[in-house]
Formats: sequence, C-alpha cells, structure tokens
Amino acid sequence: MRRQIPMLITFFVGALIIISEFIPHKPFGTLSTSLEGWFLIISGFAIILGQLSLFKVNIIKISRKAPNWSYYIIALVSFSIMVICGILWGTQKQPGLIPISDKILNFFGYKPFDYIFKYLFENLSATMFSLLAFFMASASYRAFRARSPESTLLLVAAVLVMLGRTTIGSSLTGWIPDSLGFLHLPNIASFIMKYPNTAGQRAILICAGLGVIGSSLRIILGIERSYLGGK
Amino acid sequence: MKKYFLYFFLAGFFLLHAPLFAQDITFTAADNPNDDGGAILLEWIAPASIPEMIITRSIDKKEYIEIARVTPLLQTYIDDENIEDGQEYYYKLAVLNEDGDIVQSFTASAIAKAQWFNTDKIPLLIMTLLLGSAILYFIVSARKGKRLYIRKISGLDTIEEAVGRATEMGKPLLFVPGIMDLDDMQTIAGLNILGHLAEKVAQYDSTIHVPVCRSMVLSTAKEIVKEAYLRAGRPDAFKPDSVFYLTDDQFGYVAGVDGIIMREKPAANFYMGAFYAESLILAETGFESGAIQIAGTAMPSQIPFFVAACDYTLIGEELFAASAYLSNEPTQLGSLKGQDVGKAIIIITLLVGIVLEIFGIHFLKDFLATH
Repeated sequence: MRRQIPMLITFFVGALIIISEFIPHKPFGTLSTSLEGWFLIISGFAIILGQLSLFKVNIIKISRKAPNWSYYIIALVSFSIMVICGILWGTQKQPGLIPISDKILNFFGYKPFDYIFKYLFENLSATMFSLLAFFMASASYRAFRARSPESTLLLVAAVLVMLGRTTIGSSLTGWIPDSLGFLHLPNIASFIMKYPNTAGQRAILICAGLGVIGSSLRIILGIERSYLGGK
Repeated sequence: MKKYFLYFFLAGFFLLHAPLFAQDITFTAADNPNDDGGAILLEWIAPASIPEMIITRSIDKKEYIEIARVTPLLQTYIDDENIEDGQEYYYKLAVLNEDGDIVQSFTASAIAKAQWFNTDKIPLLIMTLLLGSAILYFIVSARKGKRLYIRKISGLDTIEEAVGRATEMGKPLLFVPGIMDLDDMQTIAGLNILGHLAEKVAQYDSTIHVPVCRSMVLSTAKEIVKEAYLRAGRPDAFKPDSVFYLTDDQFGYVAGVDGIIMREKPAANFYMGAFYAESLILAETGFESGAIQIAGTAMPSQIPFFVAACDYTLIGEELFAASAYLSNEPTQLGSLKGQDVGKAIIIITLLVGIVLEIFGIHFLKDFLATH
C-alpha cells in the first residue's frame, strides 16, 4: 500500500499532464500551470526542512568536535546573522519586523541584509565563479594532449577555434585574399562552431529528449520505482 | 441609345472595379484556434501605404470601444481582453489617412469558444504515439522473455569497482545530484542512480555523502538512500545525516562540495544530474583529490567539461538509461530498446526531410516546423 498509492498518484497525474498537452479546453489547458504552482508551494515549505538539516548537521559536527569543527561554527553564525537581519529589518523590497533606524541606514548605506548580500555574498560567489578560468586551463591542458587520432582532432579543432576567436587569428590570416575567405581563421572557427558543434549538440539534445520520454513512461507506468526506494 | 450605352459602360466599370476596391483591404474575425477560449483572432490584408488603422469592438453593434491601433504590416491581432465564450463580438477596422481621419471602415464578427483538441500538436501526438507504442511493444516483448541486446555502458559498469575501491581504502563516496530541483528529469534520473549506488554502498559496508542544494531533493534523496539500505538488509547502517542540505545558491553549493572533496578525500565522486557552470569546478577539484570520477548529464554545454575531468561520463540519454541498465530488469531494458526505435524514426525523418528539401519539396519541413 505504501508503494501502490504513490504509484497510482504518479500514473494519474502523469497521464493527465500528457493528455492536457493536447487539450486546450478548461480545465486541462491550465492544469500544468496549476501543478507548477503546487510544486512551488510545496518547495516553499520544504525550505524549512533544508534549513533544519543544515542546522542539525552543523550542530552535530560541532558537538562531536569533528575535524575542522570551527568552520561549522562560522557557517552557523553566518546563517544566523543573515536570517536575523532579514527578519528584523527586512530587505530593500520587503519590510522587516521593526523599522530600520536612520543611524544604521546611514552607516551601511543599505539595509544590513542587502549590505551583507552585496559586499560579502556577491564577492564570494564571484570568487568561486572566477576559479572556473583556472580550472578550464588545467582541464584543457589534459584534454588537448594528442594521444589518439580522436584527441588530435580535438586538439586541432580547439586550436583553430581559440585562434579564430582572438585577434591573433585575424592578423595571422588577414593577408589571405577574399576569394579564399573560407581559409580565414575567424571563418574556420565560425564554421566549426556553427556546423559540427551544433550538429553534435543537437544530436545529444534529441537523444536526451528521447531519454526523458522513456524515463517518464517508465515512471508513469510504474516500471521504474527507484524514486520510491524500490528496485 | 447613347444614354443606355453610357449606363451600360458605367455599370460595367463599377462591376469590374468594385471587387478590385474590395480586394484592397480584407478584414476577418474568427475564434482564435487551439486555445481554451476567451480570444478572437482578427486578420487583415491592407496596402502598406496606409499609415494607421484602429480596431474597435462592440457587443451590440451600437457602442464601439477602441481596443488597438495597428499597422497594415502587423496583419493579425488577438483580442483576449475580457472576451466571454459564446458571446458574439462585432469588430470595425477603421482605416486612417495621414491626417488621422477615418476614410474607410470594415466590419467582421466572431464568437470565441474553447477547443477540445489542439490541431497544432498533431505531429507531437504522432511522435508520442509512435514512441510510446515502440516502448510499450518492447516492454511487453521483454516480459514475454524475449532477449534484448543492450550495449555496455562503461561508466555504469564501474560503479561496483568504485564502491569496492572506497571500501578497501576506508574512504567515503560522494554523490552530487546536480543543482536543479525535482521538476528537472535529470535530477530524478540522478536520484534513480543514487538508489542503486546506495544499495551497493550498504552491501559493501562503505559510507556515502550526498550533499544537496534543494530541499525537495533532500527529502527524496534521504528516503531513497534509506530504502536502499533496507533493501540491502542493513537498515541499522543507514545514517540520516549522510544526506544533507548545503544551500540553494549555485556557487555556495560548489564551495561546500569542494570543501567536502578536499577535506574528506572521497575515493569516488559521482556527479549525476543537471549542472551548469559549476560542473568543471567540481570535477577538477575531484580530479585533484585523486578520486575515481563518474559523471552524467544531459546538458550539452557541460558534457565536454566532464569528459575532460572525469574518468567516465554518461552522455545525454545514457543518464536516463542508467537506472534501467543497472536494474537489469527485462521490462526496463525493453523500454531502452523502444527508445532506440524512436532514434531510428527520427533519423529516417531527418533523412527524408533532407532529400525532400534537396528536391524543393517543403511539405515535411513545414509540417514539423510550423507546429
């Protein structure tokens, strides 16, 4: 019964969504929008679960003095400061429980929540994102080693695209007459990106789309039960 | 006699030219097709030289209210402001001259109603029926005992090896189910794989960390891992804190997972789900830590990053096929065979489309493109 009821609900809702795709008449036409709304409501409540889990895991690690336990204190303190600032004084768009005094507003220039978000959080996020450039260099170094015909092809394509997308590419092949314009590095780079690259990406997308249909049918028909903890 | 000739000539002139004047501007109103009612489609063909036209609406042909100012090039307008189904609406298209005076007006009327079938989606229905039938056929065939060949997926065959390695090294495994919520099919596919992986982890008495970045994924993943331990006959070994929430923020989540990778040094990292810019940051950090890495995503722009930094990568459909492949159940494998038929149908359609286009026949392209 514990499995059958969720499976029945899944079948009923899944079938209804498929049918509603082809029937614009009410109530089918607005069904998927309504269900998306339900999903948002449920996920709003689920946020509390996430926050409780965050608190619990950090407190357990601190109380057990797990390795590097002091970092978990920082996580909890940061979390608490943001929650308290947000609830008490609100944000730029939302008022808080108590009105913010001019003194605090003049000191920070923003509400405390917005100040921390703008001057701490955004910078930390940007720092993490900027790491991507270095990781890209190290990953490319490994990926572009000519070990096999395929990786050599990858290396050649990558070099052509990289050169074609920079000013070096234009200056290296700028002397080639217009009648042989297809040999210009920027044109070669555009060709690679526009045709072989797009074709490959579309192939992946089409197959992924089929995969989604297959998975959805397995779930709707109750053949796939892993998401319920079944085999 | 002359007089009759003159009348005849004038009548002939007007009879010949009246339709020509009428053909200059046509204005029609009809129910907007394939919708749930509440909208009327207005269409017109008018010379481009007309500077502006006004559309007005009435329900009693007496009092007209202006609803839009349009140009001839626009050609269509959908009126969906306070339209009631079953009520007849009367429209006037007033043509203005350069001074803004009305020089001509045309009328039309229509009744809005909801449709029970969206004819625009006929190709989608055909494809859905074909694919659904193929998948169902192979599921039934597999149930009857027909042996189906499914090609090997190395990344999935390595799961047991990775768990064994982690057990030998006394290190945990890390599973990242992507950064999207449960409404993304890739997340569900990732969680399906987690069920199989967690069962192996329980059998080998190893440990697994599942940091998640969505609260809904947290509760689902926790339940899946718990059930996997139960299935393996080791419910006591399940640690509820092995599945935990970090943050909803993309780069905050990456920082958290990278921290776990560097501190705990997992023996194997699994990245299965929907990923964006964080894919390479995670995979490269995992590579630096020396872990076996198996990734799977259907995000075309992230696949090259995983291919470069991971030992095995499930590309696109392989991620969705993984659960069926790992279960080894004939019915689930049958559905994979059905997907292959779907691929064959798409390839044939593409080839036929290319040939037809070469010969200047655009029927198939138009049929598929306009819907």
